[in-house]
Amino acid sequence: MNALPTACEVRPAVELLRVDNLQTEFRVEEGVVRAVNGVSYTVDEREIVGIVGESGCGKSVSQLSVMQLVRNPGRIVGGEVWFEGHNLLKYRASSPQMREIRGAKISMIFQEPMTSLNPVLTIGRQLTESLELHLGMTKKEARARAAELLDSVGIPSAQSRLDDYPHQFSGGMRQRVMIAIGVACRPKMVIADEPTTALDCTTQAQLLELMLSSIEGCQGALVLVTHNLGVVARYAHRIYIMYAGRIVEQGLCRDIFYRPRHPYTIGLLKSVPRLDEERGRRLVPIDGTPPNLIDLPPTCAFLPRCAVAGERCRLEPWPELEPIDGEGHMARCYMMEATGE
Amino acid sequence: MTTVPETTPPVSERAASTDVLLDIDCLKMHFPIRRGLLRRKVGEVKAVDGVTLKIRRGETLGLVGESGCGKTTVGRCISRLYTPTGGRICFDGVDITSMSEKEFRPLRRNISVIFQDPYASLDPRQSAGSIVGEPLKVHKLVENKRDYNDWVERLFVKVGLDPNLMSRFPHEFSGGQRQRIGIARALAGEPKLIICDEPVSALDVSIQAQIINLLMDLREGASGLGYIFIAHDLSVVKHFSDRIAVMYLGRIVEITTPGELYDNPLHPYTRALLSAVCVPDPDLEATRERIVLEGEVPSPVNPPSGCTFHARCVNAIPECSKTVPVLKDLGNDHEVACLRVG
Repeated sequence: MNALPTACEVRPAVELLRVDNLQTEFRVEEGVVRAVNGVSYTVDEREIVGIVGESGCGKSVSQLSVMQLVRNPGRIVGGEVWFEGHNLLKYRASSPQMREIRGAKISMIFQEPMTSLNPVLTIGRQLTESLELHLGMTKKEARARAAELLDSVGIPSAQSRLDDYPHQFSGGMRQRVMIAIGVACRPKMVIADEPTTALDCTTQAQLLELMLSSIEGCQGALVLVTHNLGVVARYAHRIYIMYAGRIVEQGLCRDIFYRPRHPYTIGLLKSVPRLDEERGRRLVPIDGTPPNLIDLPPTCAFLPRCAVAGERCRLEPWPELEPIDGEGHMARCYMMEATGE
Repeated sequence: MTTVPETTPPVSERAASTDVLLDIDCLKMHFPIRRGLLRRKVGEVKAVDGVTLKIRRGETLGLVGESGCGKTTVGRCISRLYTPTGGRICFDGVDITSMSEKEFRPLRRNISVIFQDPYASLDPRQSAGSIVGEPLKVHKLVENKRDYNDWVERLFVKVGLDPNLMSRFPHEFSGGQRQRIGIARALAGEPKLIICDEPVSALDVSIQAQIINLLMDLREGASGLGYIFIAHDLSVVKHFSDRIAVMYLGRIVEITTPGELYDNPLHPYTRALLSAVCVPDPDLEATRERIVLEGEVPSPVNPPSGCTFHARCVNAIPECSKTVPVLKDLGNDHEVACLRVG
C-alpha cells in the first residue's frame, strides 16, 4: 500500500532546502542557551528526512528557525536557509515573503493537535484560511476544497463537520485535521514535529501512513522530527542525529542503523528495547544525563557520557563533521577508529 | 528473605511455581456519569469490564493497550486506590475487594505503585529522604531515628542515588533521578508486588534504559518480587515481562508469553498492535506487514455489543456482534478471547 520510494531506490536528487550553519540562541537570566549551534542540512525534493534526538537537543527549535517562528527570548543569530533560490533568513519574520512561504510552500504539522488548532474557530475556517489567502480561492471554492481535504484524511461526513470546533474532535481526529491543513496548499515541504507522539500506537500507525500518502499526493518533501528510532527506520531516506544543539551524525538510513559511528548514535541504538529481539538482552543505557545547554564548554558535549572518550576529546574543541564511508555519511567524533568495528 | 540467585533463572522456572499471589476474577470498574442539578446518574463508563487474571509469586505481568482500555484502572483497583464495582481480587489468599481502608492498611505495604509522571507524583515540599522514608513511618517498620536513617540510606543506594542528596527537594533532581526516588519509595515497605504504571514513558530514550535495568536488577535481587508493568509501548513491555496481557476496551483479549505474542499473535487486535510498532531496523521494517486499523477506539460509555472489537475487525462474522468471547486456553501458556480462534 505504500507507494513511496524506499531508501534503496535511486532518487534524482534535486535540492529543495539548504540550511547552512544555523544558530539560534535563547538569552535567559542564567546565561545564553545555544539551542541550535551551527546546524547544516539539506532536503531534496520528495525526500523524507529524519531528524532524531532527545528532548532539548534543538531539533524542534531548528525547524522553528527555518520557518522563523522562534519566539522571544529566542533569536536566530546566524546562518542561512536557502529555499528556491532565496535566503529566507534575509526576510523579516513578519514580511510578506515569509508569509507567502509559510503554509503555502513549507507547512508544519505540530506535536499537539490540542494546542495548535485555534479553539474558537471552526475547523472549516482554519482550513479555508490558507486556501483563500495563498491560492486566492473564493469562499465557496475554499469550502468545497476543505470538505474534500477532510474527506481525504478520513473524517466521516466531512461536509457537515466543517462547522464543528476542535473540541468536538478526538485527539486522533484533530491530528487528521492538522494533516489536512498541512497539505492544503500542496506545499513543497512539510515539517512534522513529533506528529504522532501524543497518540496511541495504532493511531500513530494510521496517521503516519496517512501523512505520507497525503504528502506523496502533493509531491512534497517531508522533514520528520522525532525521538522514535523505529519510525525513522521505517520511513526516512536520510537521517540526522542531533545532540546538544548540533548534528553529531548524518547519513543514509541504512548507514545510521547498520554502521553507526558516533558513540551517541551507537548508544541510542543499544539503549532501546526492540520488539523483534529475544527477551532478556540487557539494555545498555547511556550513562548520565543530557547536558545543560547554558554555557556549554567548547569540548564535545557528549564527553561526560561517552564510553570511548580519549585524551584528545578532553583537550580539543568539538570536531567538525568528518566524512566516513557511505554516501554523505558523516560524524563528529575524534574516536571514530574505536567505534569503527 | 531467601537466598539471592546468582543469575536470573529462565522465565519458565521463575514463573513455574503455581503459587498464586494475585487472583483477579471478573473484575469490573464502572464509573458513574452524573449530570444536572441533582447529580443523577445518566450512564456509566465501563473502564474495566470483566478482567480475569492470575499473577504468580515473583512473576512480571505486562499489561498493554491503548489509552482508555482500562489498564491503569486495573492497576488502581489492585492497589485499592479504587473500590471495584464488581468481581473479586484476592491478594495472597485474602479477599481485598471490599475491605475498608482500615482493614486494608496493614496489607498495603505489600502492594506499591510507581507512577508515570515523576514530576506530579512527588510532593514538591517534602525532601527526597522523607518521601522515601514515609512508608517506613506509616507502617511503623522502624523503631528509632537511626534505623530509619539507615534504612532510607540503603534504599537510596539500592536505586542508584547518592544518599547525600537526601535533604534535597524533588525540583533539584532530573526526571530520571525523580523516577528513582519514586522507585525507592515503592521499595520501602518491602512489597511483594509493585504496580508500575507507565514508569518510563515520560523519560528520554537514553534514560529509559537506565530505569528499566534498575527495575530488572531489583527483581533479581529480591526473590518473590512481582511486577505488574503497565505500558502502551509494546517493545518495553515485551522486554520486561514474563507474560503479557493485551487489553482492549476494558477486557483482556489475549494473554501469553512474550515469545508467543511476537511469533504467534492470535487476536486480530494484538496483530494490529504489533504491526504498529516500528523496529529500529530499516531492512526488517521493509519486510514487516503493516495492519492499519479502521476507525478509532469506541467509547467505553457505550461499548459495542458482543466482542467490543468486532466493528474494526477484518475477521468479524455476524456472531461476533452477539456473543461476548471469553478467554480460551489454547495451551502453551496462551489464552485468547476471540470467537474465530481455537
